[in-house]
Amino acid sequence: MTKLTRRSFGLLAGAGAATLAMPFYARAAGKPRAVVIGGGAGGATAARYLAKDGGDDLDVTLIEANSTYTTCFFSNLYIGGYRSYESITHSYDKLASNYGITVVNGMAAMVDRDAKEVIMADGSKVPYDRLVVAPGIDLIYDSVQGYSEEAAQIMPHSWKAGPQTQLLKSKLDALENGQNIVMVAPPNPYRCPPGPYERVSMFAHVLNEKGFTDSKIFVIDPKPKFSKQALFQEGWNKHYAGMIEWYGPDVHGGIVGVDPSTGEVETDLDTFQGDLVNVIPAQKAGMIAQKAGLTNDSGFCPIDPKSMRSQNDENIFVIGDACIAGDMPKSGFSANSQAKVAAMAIRGDLTGSRVFPAKYSNTCWSLIETNDGVKVGAQYAPTEEKIASTSKFISQTGEDTALRQQTYEESVGWYNGITADIFGA
Amino acid sequence: MRLGAWTETVSRKVAAIRFSELQIRTQYLLHVLTVTAAVGLTGSAASASDADRGALVYKKCRACHELGAGAKNGVGPHLDGLFGRTAGTLEGFKYSSALKKKGEEGLVWDETSLDAYLEKPRGFVPGTRMSFLGLKKAEDRADLITYLKQSTEAAPSDEANAPETDARPEIGAAAMALEGDIAYGEYLATECVTCHQTSGRADGIPSIVGWPKDAFIRALFEYKVNLRTNQVMQNMTVNMGNEEIAALAAYYGSLEPQ
Repeated sequence: MTKLTRRSFGLLAGAGAATLAMPFYARAAGKPRAVVIGGGAGGATAARYLAKDGGDDLDVTLIEANSTYTTCFFSNLYIGGYRSYESITHSYDKLASNYGITVVNGMAAMVDRDAKEVIMADGSKVPYDRLVVAPGIDLIYDSVQGYSEEAAQIMPHSWKAGPQTQLLKSKLDALENGQNIVMVAPPNPYRCPPGPYERVSMFAHVLNEKGFTDSKIFVIDPKPKFSKQALFQEGWNKHYAGMIEWYGPDVHGGIVGVDPSTGEVETDLDTFQGDLVNVIPAQKAGMIAQKAGLTNDSGFCPIDPKSMRSQNDENIFVIGDACIAGDMPKSGFSANSQAKVAAMAIRGDLTGSRVFPAKYSNTCWSLIETNDGVKVGAQYAPTEEKIASTSKFISQTGEDTALRQQTYEESVGWYNGITADIFGA
Repeated sequence: MRLGAWTETVSRKVAAIRFSELQIRTQYLLHVLTVTAAVGLTGSAASASDADRGALVYKKCRACHELGAGAKNGVGPHLDGLFGRTAGTLEGFKYSSALKKKGEEGLVWDETSLDAYLEKPRGFVPGTRMSFLGLKKAEDRADLITYLKQSTEAAPSDEANAPETDARPEIGAAAMALEGDIAYGEYLATECVTCHQTSGRADGIPSIVGWPKDAFIRALFEYKVNLRTNQVMQNMTVNMGNEEIAALAAYYGSLEPQ
């Protein structure tokens, strides 16, 4: 191995650890401790990079309530019938066995920032020197009148992958010709900007495959425009002509509310009825971030663009959907990118390792129909004010089918790469 | 189909893309002149034209493979002596473990095995590092195999691997002259690894593990100056300088494929 770390240099020089000056926190009783709350694309990546690059110099703990992780990214492909549920679900076993991470399967209930401890739901405590908070999002159910956590069993949001996704899939598969789908799309900011429209495409694909020419999909959107709109609309006209109707606020005049007992979505313009209603409400940072005092009025967490360090606590880093990341969208790719910057900053804090200037990137791939994939992406760098885009790209309308197929195949390669990067190989 | 406000730039952009694609293809083919001997096409008239067609198909391969007298390993192994060779056994080349294993299990390259491999490399050898989707048409594969049979008899170079600097017109020469900082490369690669896996697996995105440094640097510069078209790669490289590209080449080159 050619990698030269401070530890290996010290060993080469015949010096013991004590001779390496450590001008930062050094625990008398053991190694410095890095703790991560949340085992998703952000948190699991942070834990892996801390353990992989910190090696024997760091003690790394990952706290996650679920025993496996189903990726939100590619969950639309499961809905569309392109992937199995198992193929998008991952275990934490390799993180534990191959990287020496202590995986705690439980819910973090609170953070005592003065004592620097995470307090678990069962009362036990996990002390930290540096903490990564990566809880993803929580849904603001009552942002849509008539919607609630209970209503989500009838009108799924499926905006957290797992049982909700399976529920949505089973309702989709149970539809008959002539039955309609209504989606209430979310307002900004929300995780996965093109996600709802990729999902609409997947609904249409399934209905189309079954020859359900009498079924329609209504999209009621609080936003006047959406990510990759030209590309989706081109694709919908090409592949699913007449099946999808998208209503922006100018047309529907405002969303009044939903009624789970009747499947109705009422707007100022009209009332839409669906046998499958997918309501994606407004979102905020996962609850633990709010409880720990890391959020601002927006409901998300302000961070230092150069390191992902919380603006409210220098020992805490917030990454992924829960943070305010400037120009970066809330995506799995972004969370994975931010996790690496945070891990590098934490190792610098705790072990004196080299810290390079932060760079971030993101690419979002969306599937419109079989072998018709599109993408959008950018590179980012920190400014004083925020994480700012430095260059970007987007697929073009009118691209040939070979390029669209290549774009889809790229996304498959990416999925294998990023899940290996998050959960270990 | 007309989509009003969203398509006013479509026809302009499509025209621009098509013209630049033509430019790029021409420039790229000129740019990747390989060091190959003149190929002697022997045999009957029928097989000569098959081999001619095969030579055209072979252009897709030239970016990574050399053949003819003096051929050396590069991104891919050289192809001299291919027929009858056990897969994964050419001296001095970093094969994926998947291909080496196939060789140990008895895979020998001949017309039949090559036909299967070239149709879909990742289907025939899952885990191969060869980043090529495959040739769908049986006729293309047959012509290519005819061409390869006639062109791979020559003696390869005595040096197993391509030298650090070779005779091609040099793009990225300044970066090639640098000693890449592997630690910096490892840091920069955190942006790359979600697509270009450090294991070397190619699942829809090319494998870049263990490439010779110059080929790696050349590829990144080709994306940077828009000789090769891929929006993600152009975006990745637009802000990279010589230091960054040299560092990445050093890091990825130091990895062993799995």
